Amino acid sequence: MATKALTVALAGNPNSGKTTIFNNITGSRQHVGNYPGVTVEKREGFRRFQGKDLLVVDLPGTYSLTAQALDELVARNVIINEKPDVVVNILDASNLERNLYLAVQLLELERPAVLALNMTDVAEKMGLTINDQVLAKKLGAPVVRTVGNRNQGTDGLLETVLDTSSQSQYHPFSLDYGPEIETKIQKISEGLSTLAEICYPVRWLAIKLLENDQDANHAVSQFPGGAQVLMVVEEARTELSATYGEDLELVIAERRYCFVGEVYREIVVAQRDLFQTTSDRIDRILTNRLLGLPIFFGIMWLLFNMVFTIGHYPQDWIQHGAKWLGDWAGQHMGEGDLKSLVVDGIIGGVGTVVSFLPQILLLFLGIALLEDTGYMARAAFVMDRVMRAVGLHGKAFIPLLLGFGCNIPAIMGARTLESPRDRMVTILVAPLMSCSARLPIYTLLTAAFFSERYAGSVMFSIYLLGIFLAVVMALVFRKFLFPGATEPFAMEMPQYHVPTLRSIFTHMWERSALYLKKAGTIILAVSILVWFFVSYPSDVPYSQDFNQMKATAETTFTSQVTEKVLVPLHLEAVEDSPELQALIAQINEIKSNEEKAGVNTSKDASVISDKEAVNKVDTNSVSEAGIADEDEAPDNPQLAELQQANPILYSYAMTYWGLDDERKDEVEKLDKERAAEKLANSYAGRFGHFIEPVVKPLGFDWKMGVGLFAGFTAKEVFVSTMGTVYSVGQVDEDTKVLQDVLTSDPAFTPLIAYTLMVFTLIYTPCLAAVAVIRRETNSWKWALFSVGYSVVLAWVVSFGVYRMGLFLGY
Amino acid sequence: MTKTLDQMRPGEAGVVTKVVGSGPVKRRIVDMGLVTGSRVYIQKYAPLGDPMEIKLKNFNLSLRKSEAALIEVQIG
Repeated sequence: MATKALTVALAGNPNSGKTTIFNNITGSRQHVGNYPGVTVEKREGFRRFQGKDLLVVDLPGTYSLTAQALDELVARNVIINEKPDVVVNILDASNLERNLYLAVQLLELERPAVLALNMTDVAEKMGLTINDQVLAKKLGAPVVRTVGNRNQGTDGLLETVLDTSSQSQYHPFSLDYGPEIETKIQKISEGLSTLAEICYPVRWLAIKLLENDQDANHAVSQFPGGAQVLMVVEEARTELSATYGEDLELVIAERRYCFVGEVYREIVVAQRDLFQTTSDRIDRILTNRLLGLPIFFGIMWLLFNMVFTIGHYPQDWIQHGAKWLGDWAGQHMGEGDLKSLVVDGIIGGVGTVVSFLPQILLLFLGIALLEDTGYMARAAFVMDRVMRAVGLHGKAFIPLLLGFGCNIPAIMGARTLESPRDRMVTILVAPLMSCSARLPIYTLLTAAFFSERYAGSVMFSIYLLGIFLAVVMALVFRKFLFPGATEPFAMEMPQYHVPTLRSIFTHMWERSALYLKKAGTIILAVSILVWFFVSYPSDVPYSQDFNQMKATAETTFTSQVTEKVLVPLHLEAVEDSPELQALIAQINEIKSNEEKAGVNTSKDASVISDKEAVNKVDTNSVSEAGIADEDEAPDNPQLAELQQANPILYSYAMTYWGLDDERKDEVEKLDKERAAEKLANSYAGRFGHFIEPVVKPLGFDWKMGVGLFAGFTAKEVFVSTMGTVYSVGQVDEDTKVLQDVLTSDPAFTPLIAYTLMVFTLIYTPCLAAVAVIRRETNSWKWALFSVGYSVVLAWVVSFGVYRMGLFLGY
Repeated sequence: MTKTLDQMRPGEAGVVTKVVGSGPVKRRIVDMGLVTGSRVYIQKYAPLGDPMEIKLKNFNLSLRKSEAALIEVQIG
């Protein structure tokens, strides 16, 4: 016989250890999503216990169950609509009174309940003794002791849950609000019972109506006959408010706290006066009036350093690995489009994303550490004054700060904000924090167009501009897109505690896995798309016949070699003389090591070969040609050695090497020119030309347009694309060659370079970030909006900067 | 003597006599336990002067001075 799964809902205050217990129960069998249509996380898990299947739902942590906070509304609606078989209320034993305030509200929802008294170890240390039996009796629900951190009491809890669910009798809990209010509750309940199809617990609904709960009002008004009930409610409210001399909502809340206080005093015996806790002592330093800010910035600095200094190494490894993989794949594939797709499109694109993973992992590790120890609340406490000026909660500071490293953790960090409006504003504004991926672009342009003296200030000004725009846009969004009353700040400062390794790694891994999955899949798709746009059409009419020119270079090489090397030595081919071949190979190696070290070597070789050629054509004497000329003496001691050892063959080998080198350079140059032309004629190139009129007012030309377009996938792709467009080949931001090419391009002036930097700062978050915005906001609308508004803003600000610059005479 | 919460200095303690205001801010204050009869103790003010941290019902709560101004406290 198939038994239906038992639904168990976990509810409780934030910081009560609810999620730890949820993890204890469900282990890895859990799934995180969003409740439909809202930015509230939905966490469900599965457990099989004593033959029963349990579906466990981890409700959002809340302090109360009003309709005024989204999380609270979602939590209570889950209980009302889904009617879980058992509601488990996780209570923080060290903080019982406030936790009981939520408990009574949960019990009023009339579902079978179990009370988990968690963190009993902390309570003990604080000298608190709690009487479970009296608590169970007063609230009408069984009490189980747990220590979530050490996974103690979990089985006992599950057993009690099963027991409770199998009980046929359920006695709903009810709190006595005093005779005046109770009479009204009775009256309204009668009215409500006459309404058909009501799915709410009647007494609960009556109380909510008296509290002027917006959601309850709305629900009742939808029922036929509901309007009458609402009128009765209105009368009752007016009457009672007059009796008590204040808002009825407040009276009811007070009555709850009064009841809870009485229960608390009956069940708890405090061993000693527990005014200043260990956390307070720690905070004497950490949130000290003088030390608080410096310490906070110090911790932030540590975090960033840990991430970017340490994270740099694995990032390099991955990049090398990707390149190696690309090369390997390239060797095993035939020339053609598939190879290009796999190597450039897929491995290149995805490789970039994955290379960020170490830093993302470290960032999330840092955040998890800060959150789980309890420091985050202190950070919000210290920075709230600043954030308030922008209309945001103090908690928004750290997510936004993280944006300077990478926008993705910043966007995901908005989850910690309780108010959905705060979350949205933070998510929309985070991309204006100039992330580290944009740095290569700034480096390239600054080095090319600004002297060293100004380079630092130029970059700093860009970052400042980002912050300034973020502030402005935060205010604008707050006022026009998400208007409403100021969100409450009141925030609990939880006790510090040593986090478990497991919880830190769970937090860290959960968010990183998200990055990989979402960002990865979308980036892969779009990388392929961009590759397509950049590579096709492939049959382009070239201005010169590159293949022909390459062939010519080859034949020139062969004939020159024959003339200058083979003939004088009476050889048919280089292979006929093993000594010559070996010598050439050795020179090759030495020279390529030199090149890696950065020495320009091709020049001396051709000088030697010309001289040699002159000498040798006139004489048939091998010995004369063998005498080394003073100006040919090579600088490199290794080469000098070789020359000493093989005086005759050395000069011929050098000649060969020189010619070969020339040939390679020529072919490379032709390849680059061809690549540039191909790009210019590709769809991307055409797109660049097509949008040129739009970017011209900003001072950009079609080449920059193509770069910006490619930069959409990941900002640093802009640099490599510029490399191709300017036919410089494979580049990164340090490549002097690209810098020089840009400087000498008449279309590029320092002002244009600066405008380009401004544009890059603002225009569209990178693809991965857009994917994450989509995920966090649960809608494509906001993801697309963020792309749209940022491109428009980028254009407007860049236009302003450019025109202002021209006006000022730059 | 009665003051509003934001007028109290670190180290002072008292009992809440009244909570004024309306809307989500007030609801939140009440939900956290700042109701008539609750005993409070001022812990400190933030480095930038705002918000402030208080102790009540066995936990620490931080709130902005603008929120604290809604709470009347009988000192002692």
